[in-house]
Amino acid sequence: MNRQSLRSKIVVSIFGLAMLFPFIWMVSSSLKVGAEAFATPPTLIPKHPTLENYRRVFEIIDLPRLFLNSLIISIIIVTLQLTTASLAGYAFARLHFRGKNAIFVVYLATMMIPFQVILVPMFIEMRQLGLIDSYLGLILPTCTSAFAVFLMRQVMLGIPRELEEAAILDGASHFRLFRSIALPLCVPTLATLGILGFMGTWNAFLWPLVMIYSPEKMTLPLGLALLSGEHSSSNDWPMIMAGTTLSIIPIVIVYLLFQRKIAQSFLTAGLKG
Amino acid sequence: MLSPIKWIGLGNFRELLHDASFHQALFHTPLFIIGYLPFVYIAGLSAALALERRFRGSSALRTIYFLPVITSWIVVALLWKWILNPENGLVNSILASIGIDGPGWWTSKSWAMISVIIPSIWKDLGYTMLILLAGLQAIPPEYKEAAAIDGASRRQILYKITLPLLSPASFFVIVTGLISSFQVFDQVYVMTEGGPEGSTSVIVQQIVKNSFDYGRMGYASAMSMILFVVIMVITGIQILLQKRWVNYE
Repeated sequence: MNRQSLRSKIVVSIFGLAMLFPFIWMVSSSLKVGAEAFATPPTLIPKHPTLENYRRVFEIIDLPRLFLNSLIISIIIVTLQLTTASLAGYAFARLHFRGKNAIFVVYLATMMIPFQVILVPMFIEMRQLGLIDSYLGLILPTCTSAFAVFLMRQVMLGIPRELEEAAILDGASHFRLFRSIALPLCVPTLATLGILGFMGTWNAFLWPLVMIYSPEKMTLPLGLALLSGEHSSSNDWPMIMAGTTLSIIPIVIVYLLFQRKIAQSFLTAGLKG
Repeated sequence: MLSPIKWIGLGNFRELLHDASFHQALFHTPLFIIGYLPFVYIAGLSAALALERRFRGSSALRTIYFLPVITSWIVVALLWKWILNPENGLVNSILASIGIDGPGWWTSKSWAMISVIIPSIWKDLGYTMLILLAGLQAIPPEYKEAAAIDGASRRQILYKITLPLLSPASFFVIVTGLISSFQVFDQVYVMTEGGPEGSTSVIVQQIVKNSFDYGRMGYASAMSMILFVVIMVITGIQILLQKRWVNYE
């Protein structure tokens, strides 16, 4: 048994190195210029490492601006998603009103429709609202998440009634119950939803691609597409690799800091089905 | 882009019946699934089985396997476009230095789909592993212990106990993989734009191309409806089969 598990450890480690290698190669390429970048056989550790490619990235795209755009948009969307999801979740879990179950079923149904399917009608809607190439148009369609509502409802259903009863006797309003009793008990779920929402928005490509045209409004993924598309038809891969390396640094740091919670969030999202 | 709206009944759907490039895109999805799903599942399962029990370095390995999952598709696609660059990319340079003339990868009609599939497997493997790991950890250890005491071999335990009890997680991973295969877009858009000669065109890319390059919103919406129906059918089958096949102990 031990020999077999040793073998599987070795295999999984070698494979892990292979999984990591593309990232190593990305960084290695980004530090090379001239002939070395395209040399055969390739060199893993650059003989003359240089930050020249990084300097050029900053020349071609406004990287700080792209970062800031992505960050602000992600924070706004996540905040809106958490606000709408916790309020709607509370309503579905704790209030009694006509048609509640029917509305909830509609929410669940929208969870099954992938965004790609509603891309075109959503775009037409935004065009009619005159929101093309605006942050509002980027944010509005994703400011609520049926999945987030579903998850918040499930968690709030689990809060014991007794906790609320004393407050109700004291004449607390529903908003008060929501604020001081339900919400504090949902903090772990809010963190999960926040992580998922942030990752999704930060990495989003398709919707920003069809919505945003002005370079100064672009998010980071669009900026990278711009870097690779319009300015480097001449195959300037080391420069592109410098751009992608810079772009993943923040998310990798966040991942390394919170990886347990992040992995758990992906699991929560997966096991809903 | 702003042609006046006209009622044409099922005209768009009738046109789809004869649209060779849409048929090509539809046909590419099963092709993608064949090249993607078995590999991402088997690799994810192997990683999960190997990393189930903790050992020195196992959590670092889990971190590494999951790293591509949190990386955006645009970065993954650009990175692999460079690695699989036919002229001086990493793979062909290595092949050249041992005297092999590497293929044209994403510039070649016959290799382009493979060039799109490889990064897809690399990116999604960690997610598959994560779900299957959770599934493995939910299996009560007593079952395996009892079987081991009864003299079952490791192989028997794997096939008779672990895999059947893992079926809910496996089922989930496979169905999610199927559905996401119908939604492939980012990697194709960045790596090949559907080419060369439409050899990597896929449904969502056709939708985007028709609506935003050709301004044919109605036609693209008809394509979206087809996509919607396909995904609903898969989801329906999932719900039906889940009851019958999946072993919840």
